[in-house]
Amino acid sequence: MELSARASDILHLLLNSFWPILKAGLAFTIPLTLITFALGLILGFIIAIIRLFKIKVLKDIAYLYVWVIRGTPLLVQLFILFYGLPSIGLILDPFTAAVIGFTLNMGAYNSEIIRAAIDSIHKGQWEAAYSLGMTKAQAMRRIIIPQAMRVSIPPLSNSFISLVKDTSLAATITVGELFRKGQEIAATNYEPFWIYIEVAVIYLIFCTILNYFQSLMEKRTSRHLEQ
Amino acid sequence: MIKVTDLYKAFKGNEVLKGISLSVKKGETAVIIGPSGSGKTTFLRCLNLLEVPDAGTIQIGDLSMSFSGNHRHRTRDVTNFRKRTGMVFQGYHLFPHKTAVENVMEGPIVVQKQNKKEARERALALLEKVGLAEHAEKYPYQLSGGQEQRVGIARAMAMNPDVLLFDEPTSALDPELVGEVLNVMKDLAEEGMTMVVVTHEMAFAREVANQVIFMDGGKIIEKGTPEDIFDRSENERTNQFLNRIKVRV
Ligand SMILES: Nc1ncnc2c1ncn2[C@@H]1O[C@H](COP(=O)(O)OP(=O)(O)OP(=O)(O)O)[C@@H](O)[C@H]1O
Ligand SMILES: [Mg+2]
Repeated sequence: MELSARASDILHLLLNSFWPILKAGLAFTIPLTLITFALGLILGFIIAIIRLFKIKVLKDIAYLYVWVIRGTPLLVQLFILFYGLPSIGLILDPFTAAVIGFTLNMGAYNSEIIRAAIDSIHKGQWEAAYSLGMTKAQAMRRIIIPQAMRVSIPPLSNSFISLVKDTSLAATITVGELFRKGQEIAATNYEPFWIYIEVAVIYLIFCTILNYFQSLMEKRTSRHLEQ
Repeated sequence: MIKVTDLYKAFKGNEVLKGISLSVKKGETAVIIGPSGSGKTTFLRCLNLLEVPDAGTIQIGDLSMSFSGNHRHRTRDVTNFRKRTGMVFQGYHLFPHKTAVENVMEGPIVVQKQNKKEARERALALLEKVGLAEHAEKYPYQLSGGQEQRVGIARAMAMNPDVLLFDEPTSALDPELVGEVLNVMKDLAEEGMTMVVVTHEMAFAREVANQVIFMDGGKIIEKGTPEDIFDRSENERTNQFLNRIKVRV
């Protein structure tokens, strides 16, 4: 009797908290993920091109950037942006700080993925393009990038899925996203076990949906390739 | 049409071409033979500047380029020079993300800025010429090696080059597919295309070549008509090589 009363309490709690937590996910986690992934993709691409074309000075800056970002914890980067910068007079609101932090991070990792994908294209493809009289930029745009895109979709999707989960770190700089909402609720009702399970389930739902889109995209883009 | 004078090329101190000179007249087919590592591929790659020679001069048509170790040519000059030659690769190197006809259209559209419709019509005509009209919409992986290589030839032709360069175009093919590619090349020779062909197909060389060039150790050992080289050569190295090839074939 007592046990079933407790079960119904918990069920009640879960039902009541589901929507607020999901809403935080939809309002913050998803936009943060989408914005930073798009920006991180553009940044990663630019960095990859700079390093592949060995553009003077810029390539050294790009190298330095990738080295620093990959060699320091994301959490520390976020703290520097949000808690550190104000002390030198630069105050960012939490969401902006999170967007900047995650974008810089994504950019560094994505640039490595894109660079590896471009490197993986057989050098005969470059030569065939050159032998037709194409310039390096034309060969890149028409021949290499379309093939490299296919190669990079699986690792980029992986970094996308990681990003969804990593955005939970934004809770530490007070962004009211999914995880932080969970924390707040757990702090008021003293049921951390069930609330955090609920939080995990919502992340799982997000990632499952994204996985589905990923496999759909992989199928579409590998249509023309030998099995 | 082609005049090469004293061409040198080394890779990190390893001298691969040691003073190559030759000329090929308009409409002629020159076949280059020689043992593995003798520098045949490197020489062809120098002709369309996929490798930049260390020294020497290459003239194709009315365009001439001289090379010396410390002078770098402008990208635009290199690209312009390259447009004079078409290259057919041993491994085909078709663009896998494009259909046969798109492979052939690609150069004209991107480099010559032709409009799509025109480029497509001409590409289809070229594919018809190499016997692939009905495969125009297939992707490379859907084609046999012989068909892929014929697309490769059509792709090179699409740029209207003065010279076609072939680097062992049939040596990656199953024996029964070699003939269809050689036939296309024979037709081109008959139509008066200027060609430089590296190959081990001696029957083809004998039938089609105006000039056979035997290379060994980065040098031209001997050149002449097919009869000069195959039947009348008194050079020891040439004969050694030919004997080995004959045993192998
Ligand atoms: N990019 C390169 N870097 C360093 N060495 C090279 C390079 N390309 C060719 N070589 C060397 O140059 C020499 C000649 O090579 P090349 O490919 O021109 O010979 P080949 O006559 O075409 O031989 P094969 O009949 O095997 O194709 C070889 O010793 C090769 O190792
Ligand atoms: Mg070779």
